[in-house]
Amino acid sequence: MPSTLTEPTDRVDGSGNLPTAPRTPATAGVALRMERTAAQPLAGGDADTDPAAEPAVDLRDVSVYYGSFRAVKNITFDVPPNAITSLIGPSGSGKSTLLRAVNRMNDLIPGTRFEGEVLYHGENLYAEQVDPVEVRRRIGMVFQKPNPFPKSIYDNVAFGPRINGFRGKLDEVVESSLRRAALWDEVKDKLKQSGLALSGGQQQRLCIARAIAVQPEIILMDEPASALDPRSTLQIEELMSELKKNYTIIIVTHNMQQAARASDYTVFMNMGEDRAGYIVERSRTTDIFTNPKHQMTEDYVSGRFG
Amino acid sequence: MQPGASLRRDPSLATALRGTAARHRRERVIGAVLLGAALLTVVVSALIILSLFGGAVDFIRQIDLGTLFADGWYPRRGEFDLKTLVAGSLLVTGIALLLAVPVGLLSAIYLSEYASRRVRRIVKPILEVLAGIPSVVLGFFALTFISPVFVQRLNPGTSDFNLLAAGLGVGILTIPLIASVSEDSMRAVPAALREASYGLGARRLTTSVKIVVPAATSGIVAAVILGISRAIGETMVVAVAAGGSGGAQFTVDPFHQGQTITAAMASLATGTDRVAGATSAFQSLFFLGLMLFIMTFVLNQLGDIFVRRTRQQY
Repeated sequence: MPSTLTEPTDRVDGSGNLPTAPRTPATAGVALRMERTAAQPLAGGDADTDPAAEPAVDLRDVSVYYGSFRAVKNITFDVPPNAITSLIGPSGSGKSTLLRAVNRMNDLIPGTRFEGEVLYHGENLYAEQVDPVEVRRRIGMVFQKPNPFPKSIYDNVAFGPRINGFRGKLDEVVESSLRRAALWDEVKDKLKQSGLALSGGQQQRLCIARAIAVQPEIILMDEPASALDPRSTLQIEELMSELKKNYTIIIVTHNMQQAARASDYTVFMNMGEDRAGYIVERSRTTDIFTNPKHQMTEDYVSGRFG
Repeated sequence: MQPGASLRRDPSLATALRGTAARHRRERVIGAVLLGAALLTVVVSALIILSLFGGAVDFIRQIDLGTLFADGWYPRRGEFDLKTLVAGSLLVTGIALLLAVPVGLLSAIYLSEYASRRVRRIVKPILEVLAGIPSVVLGFFALTFISPVFVQRLNPGTSDFNLLAAGLGVGILTIPLIASVSEDSMRAVPAALREASYGLGARRLTTSVKIVVPAATSGIVAAVILGISRAIGETMVVAVAAGGSGGAQFTVDPFHQGQTITAAMASLATGTDRVAGATSAFQSLFFLGLMLFIMTFVLNQLGDIFVRRTRQQY
């Protein structure tokens, strides 16, 4: 794997309001976290994460409102680095809303209001002087429906680096991003073709490559496989477990098998009587599925409701 | 029991399945009426084109072909210099587009990407009211406001009547059309593409210019072509503000008086010129009409080709 991607690019530094210090030794940091993850016994019964590892992102008492309607309430949990955390729960429990709160995508919807804190390397991403654009450059997103730009495959991947003022060998970034998204071999001879000409599964991997190309630290995935056939779904899941070596992934999924197969940690959400989503239980995925603490969790994961 | 033995055919069902004669007749009548309506438009178009051709041929027969290349357009004197009118039309259209394309596109980007829902609800109808202003009013505005306040200040000594004021007036008329059609095509760009762009850390301007506008290219090209057709076909503004109702000298200077194809037709048809001078003056009207028709026809075809090509790209 080319090493170019693990190095921080110049665009990350300097311009942002966020402190760049934690980002600068990225190569070392990623390597360190990789060792830690590898050393962590996944099947441990303890729900708490390794206290030595700084969480990739830390949500504190988060509530999101659409107008006067509270969509999620008092959400607190931290996301361990270099692991996959899945958000599961019935429709309307606020999983997507919560996910989009992490990189401030909800800011784009008029009438949304946020309470609480999202801490990223100790900085509150909702602090007044924080620019959401800078947040989204560090916390990327893959959407439910594959949404490649109506541009060539190459231009899709190159879009992020280009708009972020990347100065370097764009060809290399495009190639390594496509390789990491396990798409390179399928498209290397047709990079000038439209991204829309690909199959659904390929389009979604293209979207993942596009997200990787800006070298985020965290990738949010909102039901990334729900519009795909089983084979493409499996490919995406394999890709995710490959990607977590270098990235922290948070995924919303309706598919409980997917959460069980692909994720290390699971957050189970439900809708309260006030129709606001809240967290019922958050644990290692194995515990949620084999040894849930709450009856409600057990009912949900065994398919008795939701 | 034998298979099929119990299958008794009901003759009344067979009749019922055939439907009633009255209903069949009604269907036929409806079909004929619709066909008639469609045919009517085709026939009317064909008749217009035929009469244009007929009149134009008469005109060419009547005149000395040398008069098509003179110093200016003076139908009363029997001087039918075509390049005067073509130059006038192109000049006015060019000036109009220089104003209407940037202003129209920027307003479209604002309305589609920047304005809140409330602002859009207020601004868009206002923009469409602008499109509803009668062009003779705008011609008057060009003559009494644009000309003295802008053109004559820009170039002192210009006559009240000039092509620049007329072109700007036509441009103002064209803005709402270009803004509205391109805004529609920008709003039709899926929100998912905008989200993808914002999710990659793009700013609003980057998203508008690099994602939304390219994705809406075909609609924007269509808007510009509609704008060109509108500007070329605009008559009253030019007739009022550009001067040269009796005729015009050949010019490519926007500070000059001038005449466009449409304005020349209007002044021919409104009477004064019809009686005076050579009789072929009236016939020239058909010839101009044919020219105008061919120009807009070619333009629309070009536009279609371009729109199709940009669509194929994606």
